This record gives sequence, C-alpha cells and structure tokens, in this order.
Amino acid sequence: MPPPPDMATHPAAPRVAAGEADSGSPLWQDGAFRADPWRRVADDMPLPDAPVILSKARWLKERASLSERRAPLGLQLKAGEAIEDIAGDLARFSLIALDFPKFSDGRSFSIARLLREKHGFAGELRATGNVLTDPIPFMRRVGFDSFEVTHAPTRAALAAGRIREVTLHYQPIGGTRLADGARPWLRHSRP
Amino acid sequence: MYRYDEFDAAFVRQRVAQFRDQVDRRLSGALTEDEFKPLRLMNGVYLQIHSYMLRIAIPYGTLSSRQLRKLAYIARRYDRGYGHFTTRTNLQFHWPALKDVPDILEELAQVEMHAIQTSGNCIRNTTADHFAGAAADEVADPRPYAEIIRQWSSLHPEFSFLPRKFKVAVIASETDRAAMQWHDIGLHLRRLADGTLGFDVYVGGGMGRTPLLAKKIRDALPEQHLLSYLEAILRIYNLYGRRDNRWKARIKILVHEIGAEAFTAQVEREWADIRDGALTLPEAEIARINAYFAPPRFDAAPAKVTLRPADRAFDRWVSRNTHPHKQPAYAIVTISLKSIGAVPGDASAAQMEAVADLAERYSFDEVRVSHEQNLVLPHVRKSDLWEVYRSLLAIGLAEANAGLATDIIACPGLDYCSLANARSIPIAQRISERLAARQDEIGELKIKISGCINACGHHHAGHIGILGVEKRGEEHYQLLLGGSGAEDAAAATITGPGFGPDGIVDAVEKVVDTYLRLRASPGERFLSAYGRLGPAPFKEALYAAAA
Repeated sequence: MPPPPDMATHPAAPRVAAGEADSGSPLWQDGAFRADPWRRVADDMPLPDAPVILSKARWLKERASLSERRAPLGLQLKAGEAIEDIAGDLARFSLIALDFPKFSDGRSFSIARLLREKHGFAGELRATGNVLTDPIPFMRRVGFDSFEVTHAPTRAALAAGRIREVTLHYQPIGGTRLADGARPWLRHSRP
Repeated sequence: MYRYDEFDAAFVRQRVAQFRDQVDRRLSGALTEDEFKPLRLMNGVYLQIHSYMLRIAIPYGTLSSRQLRKLAYIARRYDRGYGHFTTRTNLQFHWPALKDVPDILEELAQVEMHAIQTSGNCIRNTTADHFAGAAADEVADPRPYAEIIRQWSSLHPEFSFLPRKFKVAVIASETDRAAMQWHDIGLHLRRLADGTLGFDVYVGGGMGRTPLLAKKIRDALPEQHLLSYLEAILRIYNLYGRRDNRWKARIKILVHEIGAEAFTAQVEREWADIRDGALTLPEAEIARINAYFAPPRFDAAPAKVTLRPADRAFDRWVSRNTHPHKQPAYAIVTISLKSIGAVPGDASAAQMEAVADLAERYSFDEVRVSHEQNLVLPHVRKSDLWEVYRSLLAIGLAEANAGLATDIIACPGLDYCSLANARSIPIAQRISERLAARQDEIGELKIKISGCINACGHHHAGHIGILGVEKRGEEHYQLLLGGSGAEDAAAATITGPGFGPDGIVDAVEKVVDTYLRLRASPGERFLSAYGRLGPAPFKEALYAAAA
C-alpha cells in the first residue's frame, strides 16, 4: 500500500539532543552512558508532552491524531517488523529503535541498512535487547548510533573503552565511498 | 594464487587480536561458555567430544607449499601430528588446547590464512572446482570470483547473524566437480553469447534433514553484478528465513516454502534498489583479482617420450588419478587420501610436507583440496608423472582409486564429533577393505558416509549413501542409493530398514554384487545402471532373503 503523498513529503523530524552523562543509565550514546530523554509509553496509556517511543501498532492505529502532535516521536520496531507499509511516515520519527530479541537474531541489521540506505532515515537509530560487546561494532557499521545496554560485562567493556574490533572493512556500507585509487575498491577503513 | 596485501594482512592480524581477547575473557571466567560459544564459532573453534576442534579455512581449496608446510608444522607443534581435510575443503585439527588457538591463528596469519567464518550462522568458506585454472573444460578460472566473495563476506556486518550457516560454491565447467547444486548459492560461470562472462545463479540447495537441490533463479547474471545480486539474496534470507526452528532455518526451506518463483521475485525487487550501487564490480577490480590467478608459465613443448620400466601399478594410477589439463603436455594429479583402510581425509604432518615438496617441484607451488577429501597437484608435466608417483608411493599416498568405491567421503563421526549419532570412520575403513580387490572391476562408484543427519559426509549425494543414526542406544545405519553431487545432481533415496555396523558393510557389498550382475556392460557405471534398473532389484537383494 503506497503511503499518502503528504506523509512522504514530510520534512525530516529533528534529532533530540543527547542527555547528560549518567553512569547508571542503560543508554550508551556519543561515547558515554547518558540519561535517556526518551520515554516508552504502553499502547493504552496517554502520551505526555515529551519525547516518546511508540509501538508500530499504536502508530498505525493513531496515525491521524498523532500527526498533530508537536513533541518528538520515536518508533520501536520488533525484530522482523516490516517497514514498507510505513515508508512514507519514517521522516516523522526522530528516533527508531530496532530490537535484538536474541544474540543470534540478525534481522535488525538488515532493517537498519534499509532505513539508512534505502529510506534515507537520518534520525537516531537505537539498538535494544541483546546488545553485547562483540556485535556492537557491526551495529555501528550498519547505522546504529545509540545502544541500550543492560549486560554487565558489555557495560564494563564500553565504559572502559575495551571493545576490540576489526577496523578494516571489506564491504562498502551506507553509501560511504572513498576517493578513487585511495584503496582497492572493496575495502573501506573507518575514518 | 591470491596474495594478501597490507590491508588483508592487517585485517587478519586485528581479527586474531580480537579473538585473543575473547579467549582471555573466557579463560579468566569473564565470559561463560554460553557467551563464548558464538564468538569461538565465528573463529572456527568447536567444542567436540574430547576437546576443542579448530577448523581452518582453505579458500576455494587452494594452498601454496608454504601454507601446507605451515599446516604440517601446526599439526606437530599444537596437535597430534595430523589433520583432517573436510568436504568444505577446510582442514580440521581435532586436539588443540584453547589457550593455544590464538597462537595457532597467528601462525596461520603469517602464511595468509585464517579460520574466520568456518563455522557459525554466517557465510562460510566459499568453495570452487578443485581443478580450477587447470581443467581442459572450463570457460574461465572460477577462483577470482570466489576470492571476491571471500573478501566481501568476511565479517560482513549485516550477514554475520543469519538464520543458519550459508555456503557458496562457484564452478566454470559443464562438469560439476564442486557439488554446486547442493549449496545455499551455486554459481555457474558461463561464456555468454556476446563473449562476456556471466553467472547462472542457483539458490536453495542443501543437505541435512531435508535434502533439496538448488533451483536456478537467474540466467547469465553479468559479472559486475555478482555482489549486489548476492547481497539481495542474503538480505531476503536474513529478513525472511525461518528462525523458529533450527531444522527449517536454511535458505532451502524458505525457497521451498514460498516457491522459487516468489522468492526470485523478492530478490529481483530488492536487487532493483541496489544493483547499480556501491557493490558494482569495476572491470579494473575484476582484472586486478584475476591477475593473481594468472596461469603459470607452462612449458609448451610436448612431453618427451621416455622409456621407463613396465609398471602396471603406475599405469593404473595414471589412468585413475590423472585428469586432462588445458595444456596437453600437463596433467592434473589427484593424490588420494583414501588408502585402503585409512581414515578418509586424514593426512600426517610428514605427508603434508612431502606433498608440499612435490607441489613446489612439479606443480608450480600449488596444491588443491577437493570436497571429496583428496589433494590435487593441478599442474604436473606428464613427463614428471613417474617421479611424482614414485614419491607418493614412498609416503603411502599413491592409491589409484580416485572416483572408485574405496574413494569414500566420510565425516569425522562419533569418533570426534559431539553432534554425531554413529561412527563413520570405521565403516568407511571396513567398506574400503571389503571392496578394494574389486574396485577396478566395479568402476566409478561414490560412497559417502555421514555420522548424523547434518550430512557433513554428503550421504544424500552418494551413489551409495550411508547415514548413521542412533536406535535404542545402538549405532545403526541407513542405506541410500542413487544420489549425485555432480552435474546430474540428485538426492539418494533410502532403501528400507537400516543395518547394524556389521550389516551395513554386507549390505553395501550386496548392492555392488547386484550391480555387477545386472549392469548392461562393464562401461555402464553404477549410477547409470541404478537409473535404468530402479531400486527394486537392489531392495530384493537386500531384504528378500531376510523376509
């Protein structure tokens, strides 16, 4: 089903500024654990006049009335939840959170790339669920820029800057391209 | 051969450092075994019955002498003096200590090797025709494309947590020596009408519990689109492949459940969005990788006819274990790792070193590993065959049985593997001993043995396949007939009730006797005779007497 044309041309919602450093918060962003300016609200609860993260079900149900809302909107997608049917709405969200229900469930890696590369989503892309030390570098590469981390060893590794990763990459991701001749074609090094 | 540049070398070094950190965390207790498992698997480390196992990638089965010598060194220094070549053309060490694995990986990095993605739910080692670059019947060398796929798939951030493992094979001949249609993706490189190269793309093959052959979903994909098309396939699989049931998670089930046509439509739609993007292969890049695989400087002079002592064993070996080379003065030599009664695919450190010496001296420094668990010297001058044969004889690797009944594929089975239900190796050894005396008379016959339903021993693709199962706590073996891993690919079918460890060897012999009795001529190979006769006479021989 194609999105309504007025939705498709909606200007991109601005990002919400990151919170203050807070070592107890689960949210890792811009190199620190930070207070989370976003709130999650259950589908049947009223929305406060503050940044809120909604389920896709609620968005689909209340799309018309939510369109009037001025406070920033975020969207939580379950792993594997489709984005094609809300492609025209994506610009309305300042944040999209993608879930990793299990370490081994990699669907959200593909959704992240589709959001960034096909749909041009420029807002905050947040990883939730099983966010662990070793996949975090992969998550960054496909476009995630904030992480909700509850796993204690992963939190310790992030805080200590002790995430070992391979910084040389064979795959062009996210449309980044280096100057011709700077490197063999396949390879991209993180700047 | 491909050579690492600084980028490749630094990439592998970083990966080793990363894994060393992971092993340190495991050994210190910071990581539980459960947390460590997916990490070690992505570096080729399995936990088996007796110890950890390390599986080393041999991309498209190609090794230099230096690399093979390093494998021999590792076998001696860190293992028990031997290694096991697998049906994915990899090498497994079955006895390393976990604390040594980072050091082993560092040793490997020195010779441009690694163990990245030899296990785990990711894109595994890409295989190719083991006669690539030498076979008289190929349109081009398929290995440059396998190397491009190796690079693109290494630590791919989107495709490292797939529903299940993912295997790709590339061939470039009408004869399929790589079991291409049994892969998640099979690529058949062909010369197109306009003279350019393109791929026929097959998707959804696989063995395991549900054997399915890959279906062709695209003809003549131009080579520059190789990676974008693979990315479209992998993305559809990553998004829609089943994750609710490990046994239904391979791409073959997705293709089967939604149908090849619907699957193809999804792939084509996805591909339309990315086909001319960053993954388009520039001609210069294809040429750059191809240059690494340029043919060696063959001596075009015809082979000299030299007198040698009459030696029927040598004549047998030449007729069985050599294959036509694109250069008439050369031959492709198969080194059988299936001496009568030996463990299929095992090679000692001394044998590896001797083969490395032979490759250096007689085969432009190249060795290949075949998915049939043999080694290959791809470029041997015909006038050197006698010397090569004599040297192989001295190390016990001159068995003249390539493609015969004793050239058996077998997985490690219950002797090593924690997934296995039954032993494979002793069954292979006993069948080999039983049929050795008659193998020339029997002719081409591919026997393949797996110790469990995961089918690492390719039993579905066996002319005669054997599957080990557990029945009331005992090892038990099902017998399958009529499979093929070649261009006539087919899944073998079960004959009927299974057999015990003794009975299965007798059963194979009964099948062979029935074939010999009923074949139209000595030239009618087993698989053709089975196709003509159907299963009935074989079932009759197997089960009638007992009924």
